[in-house]
Amino acid sequence: MDLTETAEMAAFRGEVRGFLGAHAGDYAGGAAKDVKAWQARLIDNGYAARTIPRAFGGFGAEPDILKSRIIAEEFIAAGAPRGIANQGVSMLVPTLLEVGSDEQKARWIGPTLRGEIVWCQGYSEPGAGSDLANVQTRAVEDGDDFVISGSKIWTSTAAQAQMMFALIRTEAEAAKHEGISYVLIPMDTPGIEVRPLKTMTGGAEFNEVFFTDVRVPRDQVVGGRGRGWFVANTTLKHERGMLGDPNATEARLGALIELMKTETVDGERIVDNPIFRDRLMQLQARVLAMKFNGLRLLTAAVTGESAGVAGLVVKLQGCELNHQLAALAIDALGELGILYHDGPHLRAKGRWQWNYMFDLGLIIGGGTAQIQKNIISERGLGMPREPSAAKA
Amino acid sequence: MRFALSEDQKLLQASIGKALEALSPLERVRQFADREEATAPDLWAGLTDLGLPGLLVDEEHGGLGLGMVEAAIAAEALGAAVAPAPFLGSAVLAPLALKLAGSREQQVKWLPMLASGKITAGVAISEAVAGARDGAGVDAHDLMLDGKALFALDARGAGLLIVADRKGELHLAAGEPPQMPMNSIDATRRLSEITFRGALAAPLASNGALDRLRDAAWIVLAAETLGASQAMLDKAVAYAKERKQFGRVIGSFQAVKHLCAEMAAELEPARALVWYAAYAFDQGLEEAPLMAAHAKAHLAEVGRFVARTATEVHGGIGITDLLGLHYWFKRIGQNRQLLGGPERVREIAARLQGLTAA
Repeated sequence: MDLTETAEMAAFRGEVRGFLGAHAGDYAGGAAKDVKAWQARLIDNGYAARTIPRAFGGFGAEPDILKSRIIAEEFIAAGAPRGIANQGVSMLVPTLLEVGSDEQKARWIGPTLRGEIVWCQGYSEPGAGSDLANVQTRAVEDGDDFVISGSKIWTSTAAQAQMMFALIRTEAEAAKHEGISYVLIPMDTPGIEVRPLKTMTGGAEFNEVFFTDVRVPRDQVVGGRGRGWFVANTTLKHERGMLGDPNATEARLGALIELMKTETVDGERIVDNPIFRDRLMQLQARVLAMKFNGLRLLTAAVTGESAGVAGLVVKLQGCELNHQLAALAIDALGELGILYHDGPHLRAKGRWQWNYMFDLGLIIGGGTAQIQKNIISERGLGMPREPSAAKA
Repeated sequence: MRFALSEDQKLLQASIGKALEALSPLERVRQFADREEATAPDLWAGLTDLGLPGLLVDEEHGGLGLGMVEAAIAAEALGAAVAPAPFLGSAVLAPLALKLAGSREQQVKWLPMLASGKITAGVAISEAVAGARDGAGVDAHDLMLDGKALFALDARGAGLLIVADRKGELHLAAGEPPQMPMNSIDATRRLSEITFRGALAAPLASNGALDRLRDAAWIVLAAETLGASQAMLDKAVAYAKERKQFGRVIGSFQAVKHLCAEMAAELEPARALVWYAAYAFDQGLEEAPLMAAHAKAHLAEVGRFVARTATEVHGGIGITDLLGLHYWFKRIGQNRQLLGGPERVREIAARLQGLTAA
């Protein structure tokens, strides 16, 4: 066990810190002044699209998990935006790199990285949530085209997106998991309708997307016809990793501690109330445990060992913990905790209230907590699958 | 950067685990608990063959010269086997007290005897760490001790006792102290009430070593609970894969699987916290006391959850003496309270980072 940084890594950390200091004028309050220019600058310096080959518009560095981590840590410490991290960058690009054709890679990766193309993900459907392989949006062949009908739900950024990567049932006769293809669909194709899906936060963070006879060339399939389930599964891993990021959780804990040190009731700081203080300490222990669990996963990734159960629990525990941090913040605010939207007494622009509601969605999305528990018990503990209803 | 056990540490883990399979099977644990033996010399002799009593003792005094990460590894294995061994007092706290606050003469005299397993040591620091109850407390004057110490660890059959007085200063008293057993829920660990009436004792250096002893004790108790909890989870999973009801193994019911998944989800990150606390202790990091406190308090909570949940997965048989699962349940319960329950320890964690009112 040795957590000291090598000279090379310390030097790299210094470089990142120097970069962020020198360009502090390009971002303020955690947001880039010019998103595309910032993204271009990050790619040029290897702080975004780091391991994506230069030929496709990336920085072209060898994968180095430790350096990636240093970048993440320094950006969080400086309050600097991480460049474009939408689903196109985080999910589609890795998928194309893994299974896309040369033509697809050349056409889509560069513009996606530069922020010229925004993507949305068309996976879930009203009847295909946890049982994602049950997608019913289908395509029939017509000449060189697919003609797609059906609907998708939980589609973030569908209103802004130029493109969608979607799971479409293209092989009507094939078995459930083998009849799906991973298809790239331009959002301006006639027959696509996007309807905002308003949630309990009051915002429409998601959309529903309806397809009526939408024509897409058949060569827009990635990874082969009928292979969509397997293609999608390779990238769902990336999403679950994003949803349990311990760096973000640690930052949230820091904000909570600050809140409890500054807010007062009857002149007494919240943190001086022993009950709130105890709750804070309980959550701090959990945040630390997830942080060190992250170090363990990082080491396993560097050495190529399997992290086993330690890796499978991250989404479940991380999302729950984020939610509990928001819950404590609201409780600590007392009556102020019910304020929302705007007003002179609202704290942190209502971020805690928004997080408390939105993060419940993250506990459910990306594989529900219950699906995560199935995964932990089956893959981690070797317990048997629940027999299907038909067989029982 | 490497946050994982080294090959040597994995080897140590495997060899202690394997030795304990033979030394501390359930029948031996049961025998110790039922017969109210003061000590289990056979078990300690077996662990002495592995060098466990001298794990933290420097090589010049006949020990292995290892650190808290290795002690945590050993404690985890001992917890997994609910082994009735005086590890915490005799192999961790007493050697540390001598190392940190003993004179050269005291070190030369006592450390080799402890490392070789020739004698064991008891430790009475409960009042100074967890607070005084029932009028307990020890006063020192003129190389003598007066008063009463509760919850003394590993004092039965000990040849040496480390005592903290009311001021938090440490003292060393030779010989087995006069004591009364304190019967606790956990019959696999002996606790004593010691009465001092002008007992001769040599003072150790006045240098705040008690805080380091406290941190070490918290880490070791957390690691023990980690091992005991993992053992309970393993037993629950194994049982759920065998036990059949409604024509199928109960481990195929999501109601049961999810209980097991929840235990695993709580335990795995807790393991990393224990490792880090031990690492921080060894490196002398500024945050080491905070990490020790969080490890102790968090494992107390996770342990309680796992202990009750794993018992529940076993159904009715889980609460019987026949199965013996209760030995793990009780060890976890005892470790939760020993040297400070989680509420008290969390309050110290808050104070350590300046979060309490001035």
